[in-house]
Order: sequence, then structure tokens, then C-alpha cells
Amino acid sequence: MSEKKMLKVIINDQELMVPEGITILEAAHQAGVHIPTLCHLDLHDFKMVNQTASCRVCMVEAPGRNTLVPACVTKVSEGMEVRTDSIRAITARRMAVELLLSNHPNECFTCPKNLECELQALAAELNVREIRWEGDRMDYPKDLTSDAIVKDANKCIYCRRCETACNKVQTCGILSGIGRGFEAFVGPFGNIPMVESSCTYCGQCVQVCPTAALTEVYHMDKVWEAINDPDKYVIVQTAPAIRVAIGELFGMEAGTIATGKMVTALKRMGFDAVFDTDFGADLTVMEEAAELIYRIKNNKTLPILTSCCPAWVKFIEHQFPELLEIPSTCKSPHIMFGTIAKTYYAEKNNIDPDNIVVVSVMPCIAKKAEAKRPELTKDEHNNVDIVVTTRELGKMIKEAGIDFKNLPDTEFDKPLGETTGASVIFGTTGGVIEAALRTAYEWMTGEELKNVEFEQLRGLDGVREATVDVGGKELHIGIAHGLGNARILLENIRDGKSKYHAVEIMACPGGCIAGGGQPYHHGNDEIVKKRQQDIYDEDRRKKVRKSHENKEILELYKEYLGEPFGDLAHRLLHTHYEERERI
Amino acid sequence: MGNNVSGFKIIYRKEVRIMTKPQTISVTAPAEEEFPKEKYDELEQFIDGMETTKGALIEILHKAQGIFGYLPRDVQLFIARKLGIPGAEVFGVVSFYSYFTTKPRGKHTISVCMGTACYVRGADKILEKMKEKLGIESNEITEDGLFTLKDVRCIGACGLAPVVMVDDKVFGRVKVEEVDDILNQYRK
Repeated sequence: MSEKKMLKVIINDQELMVPEGITILEAAHQAGVHIPTLCHLDLHDFKMVNQTASCRVCMVEAPGRNTLVPACVTKVSEGMEVRTDSIRAITARRMAVELLLSNHPNECFTCPKNLECELQALAAELNVREIRWEGDRMDYPKDLTSDAIVKDANKCIYCRRCETACNKVQTCGILSGIGRGFEAFVGPFGNIPMVESSCTYCGQCVQVCPTAALTEVYHMDKVWEAINDPDKYVIVQTAPAIRVAIGELFGMEAGTIATGKMVTALKRMGFDAVFDTDFGADLTVMEEAAELIYRIKNNKTLPILTSCCPAWVKFIEHQFPELLEIPSTCKSPHIMFGTIAKTYYAEKNNIDPDNIVVVSVMPCIAKKAEAKRPELTKDEHNNVDIVVTTRELGKMIKEAGIDFKNLPDTEFDKPLGETTGASVIFGTTGGVIEAALRTAYEWMTGEELKNVEFEQLRGLDGVREATVDVGGKELHIGIAHGLGNARILLENIRDGKSKYHAVEIMACPGGCIAGGGQPYHHGNDEIVKKRQQDIYDEDRRKKVRKSHENKEILELYKEYLGEPFGDLAHRLLHTHYEERERI
Repeated sequence: MGNNVSGFKIIYRKEVRIMTKPQTISVTAPAEEEFPKEKYDELEQFIDGMETTKGALIEILHKAQGIFGYLPRDVQLFIARKLGIPGAEVFGVVSFYSYFTTKPRGKHTISVCMGTACYVRGADKILEKMKEKLGIESNEITEDGLFTLKDVRCIGACGLAPVVMVDDKVFGRVKVEEVDDILNQYRK
């Protein structure tokens, strides 16, 4: 690759050399000059870039040009002079925010994004003290139709970040700008209710929305209600990705593992048992590895696709109904966990399953809708009753007045809190398939797998593939994260261009660590990378790193389930999918 | 030793901007009206005959509205599938331009110009009178299906302000008292 041409630019009298092709915003960053932004978003390695220049919050002066220019999209040129700190630029930036506020609901006090809203933060940063104009205010009803996402069009500032996430990154094509002028907002085709659209509820739109135009459906009250009901036995389980992110909500540095503090907080909140979805993940590995071997041995449909991610499952149902034979029939880990809690655990501890409330803490918004799927709520009780996001758990811990940062560490309860390193890595792209391979390798070869770290499956490239030698048999593995990448992989499978034995897909770019329900990253992709590092660190710290060596899992099969992928396991731990309309 | 992982390679690194691939859909009966297959065929031929459909959405919608009279749900979805773009994107464009309509039109379309010249000469009062006489709001159709009322931006006849168009016919220097006369010409 040839060296990029370097250009001289002068930012606020400071001269510096920058590579050709970068924007004023990027050059200013190199010069240590902060330019406020709102609609702009660049998640570098995750390939999510929003460059609509619609908010005009990053306007700067470029002497020689008649008008101010938006720094986020204007490329630098040789000898360019930029002033970000002139009174003209500062006033223009403030006015852009004032205009956005002129028709924005004045309800910060009660807004779910209070203190996490980027528009609110900007108003403070740019010292807005008065809103000089009154714009036409809209009074659209909130869209509360789905079990996962709430759309409040009145709070839409038309930055189009959600459109970028939904259309360019996830290729779902659900959201688009509707109407014009004051009346404009973002919504689905025909402005139909979200529940009638083909939305996967991946929640990436929620993750990037700067205001509260898109949020999750909150279930915090239901959890408190259950905890305070003396007749209910309330079990909580936490997904692998929660422990590496929750600390961020309490001012801890990104990249802090807070497993022990999280467990202590949950116990103090009053849950009757604090368990780990990782147990469900280990169980999933047992079933999925067994299913893979069954399919290979019996010449059944290949590849097998992981089915842990409900947004991905909904994506294939809407977008690739012709491929519904290939996903694994395994329920997702938290649903498996819920099933086991209400059968095996209930029997063992003599608790009426109808009195058990299973609460899942998930990095995910789609899990909320998944838990309501009719086939997962059969047999009179739900597999999982309530799903809350990492963010919701953070709010609840604050509500309860718990000083999270200074909590002592506690271990998960037994038996459903016993987990392995394999289950921890479920939280990141590449982790589910790596965990499954650790088990499948030993089952297929009968030999011990000495080095459990499959470095070749790791990384952040959108579509990855690797070939693994398992006792002389080559297994072809495909991995995709982000639904746009999943689409490429699926098209290749459908068209016969790629032949895999097993494929892992996670809907969110980066996997669950960057899920729609995680603490807002506000466009900082470094946070997500640190979370991934944490996940692998946590795996390394675990004594047991293979799911089939989890003692409690082995006990569960011995005492109750029988064989992996056997009759009872099939009845309890597997599910089915259905074709859905694409709108 | 080790787990013998080999052959790792990155197969795709390009920017992803792949939308739903074009595919044929069964066009089920729209809620409002059932259109004959010929109309869809005509639209499909028009699209197939284009050199490129890139950036041609507005032109295609224009054509479709000419064929069907309006742009109901299924016509929009048909275009989306045909072009391989999200239905939401098609709807976004339809909702942006006041020219496009998702509801069937009356036999006659009344366009009241609300451009600057017409506005300062009282177009708003003309529009109000029209609404009152027809018993409908802008972009609605009268109960008898005879009229659709629209307020439009400048139609380029400022010298005649205020201007009302009924279908292709232009009425200039319209006075509020003349609204009835204009409507009666079409009420036969």
C-alpha cells in the first residue's frame, strides 16, 4: 500500500500534517481540538458510520469559504485554515442545538434518557440558556406495540443514525425517514406499528439513538413486584456480557469485570436465587455439539447454524425462510435455563413451578420479544418471565441505593450458577462456536484438547471462516456478526458458494458485548473492544473451560435429562421456527 | 499438541450495502382495491426497460401513480422488491413529496396553489372555502368520489394569483365567491 499523501492544515493557529482524505473533525481530533457532534457516528472496526451531516452541530469556520462548513463531512485540503473557536462558529453551533430544542418535548425530568441523552448533554456543553424560538410540536402517540422497542417519534431529531444501523449495517430495512419538515420522524414502512414490521428487535437503533426516540420496553417495575411478592420464588440469571459492561454504569472504567459485585448487588436486591445464564450456555454447548455430531454422522442438513441470538433467528425467519431447516433447534441459553429452573430445579427443591419467576438480565432487547414467543411460553408457564437489559439492572441497583462500586464480591448460587470458561465467551463474536468446538473436538476424537483457545476464530472481521482439523476430519467453520454480514454468509450458503459444517451468527456487530441492551457506548468503539478483552480474560481465569466438564451440567444429565440430544432434552431444550412476512 | 486450526482467512472485507435481493412476490389483494395483473405488468415492463434503476425511484413512483392512480401499500412493496430496496425507503420518498398519494383520487383533482404569490393574494381563504364546500380536508376525497382536494406549492402561474387548478384546467384570480361556480362546473 502506498503512503498516503500528507497535507498541511492549520486548526486554530496550530499547524499540523494530516493524511489526505480525512475530515476536519478527524484532523481536529489529531490536533487535540474538540468539535461537538450529534448525528455523527463512526464505530470504525464495526463498520458503522453515520455521515448525514444533518444536525449542523459541528459547524466550523474555514476562512476563504463564504459559509461555515460541517466538520464531520468536509475533507481537509492542502493549506486549509480552520477556526473552531470563533464567535461565529460557536454561535452557529449553539443555534443548531437551539433549533433542535425548539420542537423537542421539554420533559427531561421524566425522560428515560435523562442524563444519558446526547442532545441534553450538548445543550449543557454549548451553554444553551434559552430557547429563543418555538417550533411546531408534534403529538404522535408512542409506539408501544412491540414487546421490545418503544418508538417515541416526538423525540426524533432526524439524525438518521438508526437508519444507518438498520439499513446499512443490519440490512433489515425497517426504518426510514417519513414526511418532511417539523412533521418528519423515523419509522417503518407505511408507518405501521413496529410489531407488524419485520424488525428483528436487535436494538442497534436503540443503542445509537442520541435521544429517547427509540428505547427498550422497560420491565423494572415487574421485577420489583415479583421480588416483593412473598408467594413468588424469584430467580435471576445474568448473561455472559453483563459482567463486563455493568461497571460502566457506575463510573467504573470500561474493561472492568464486575461479576462478584454484580452477584452481591442482585442478592441485596432480594432475589431468592442468583444464577448464571452461563449455565444455560454450557447446556447449549452440550446440545448443540451433540446436534452437530448427529447431523454429520447421519448425513443430515449442514451447516448447523447457532440459534442463541433471537434477533438473528427472527432475521432468518423474515429474510431467508427457505433456509429455516439449517439453524440448530436449540433454544437460546437463557430460555434453556428458564426451562431447567422450572422443571429440574423446581422438582429438586420442591417448589411449585407456577410460583417461580425467572428474570433474565440480558445485553439484548430482542430477548424481551423472544421470551414472549408462543412456543416458548407453553405448558402453562413461561420459560422466562421477565427480561431486563443491562441498563435496566443498572437503574434498579441505583434505585435500591446500592453502592455498587464498593460492594464485596460474592459467588453465584449453586447448582445453576456453576459455569465454565466456554460459556463466558458466548458473549462475544466467535465465542459460541469456539465453546461448541471445545466440546465437539473431544467428543469426536476421544482425545483431550490441550489448547482450548481457537485464536483463529477470534477477531472482529465481519465474516470469518476457518478450517479445524478434528481427528483427521476437517470441519469448516463460518462466523458472522452484524446482520449485514450474516446476509452475505447466508447468501453464499443458499447459493452453494460456501460449504460449512457449522456457522455462528450474532446479530449485533461485536456480538452480545455490544448488544442493544448494553450501556450506551455513545459511538466509542474502544469500549466494546475492552469488553471483548474482558470476556477472554474471564475465560482464562476459569478453572474449567469446557462445557462438558461442568460438574453440575453432568449431574443434570445424569439425574434428569439423560443423554444430550436425547428424548427429554429434545422435548425441553429444543424449539422450532416459522416463516414470517417481510415488510 | 494444539488444536490444529488451519486455513483461516478473511473472505469479505468490502463495505456492505446489500439490500434485499430483487425477487418476485405474490401480489395479494390490496385492502382498498384489486388491480388487474396488466397494471403490474405495465409497471414491471417500464422498470425492466430502464437503463438503470439507480436513483430512479422517483421516476418509477411517478409512473406507478400514473398507472394505478395512487400508490397503495402493495404497489409500494412491489416497487421495493423489484428494486431490491427496503419498503421503508420507498414509503419515505412517497411520504416526502406531496405529489405522491397513497389514497385513491377523486374523479377530479382540485389543486389550490399556496405558493407565495397566491398566498399573499388570499389563497388560504380559497382553500378554506373549498374545504367548507366539499366537507373534506386537504389530501382527502369527497364522499361521492368526485373531488380530491390538494394544497400545492407554486404552479408557475403567479401572474394569475390566486390560482386554482382542476385537473389540467387553470382558474386565475379566483375570488372566494367563485368557488361554488367552479365546483358546479364539474357537478353534473
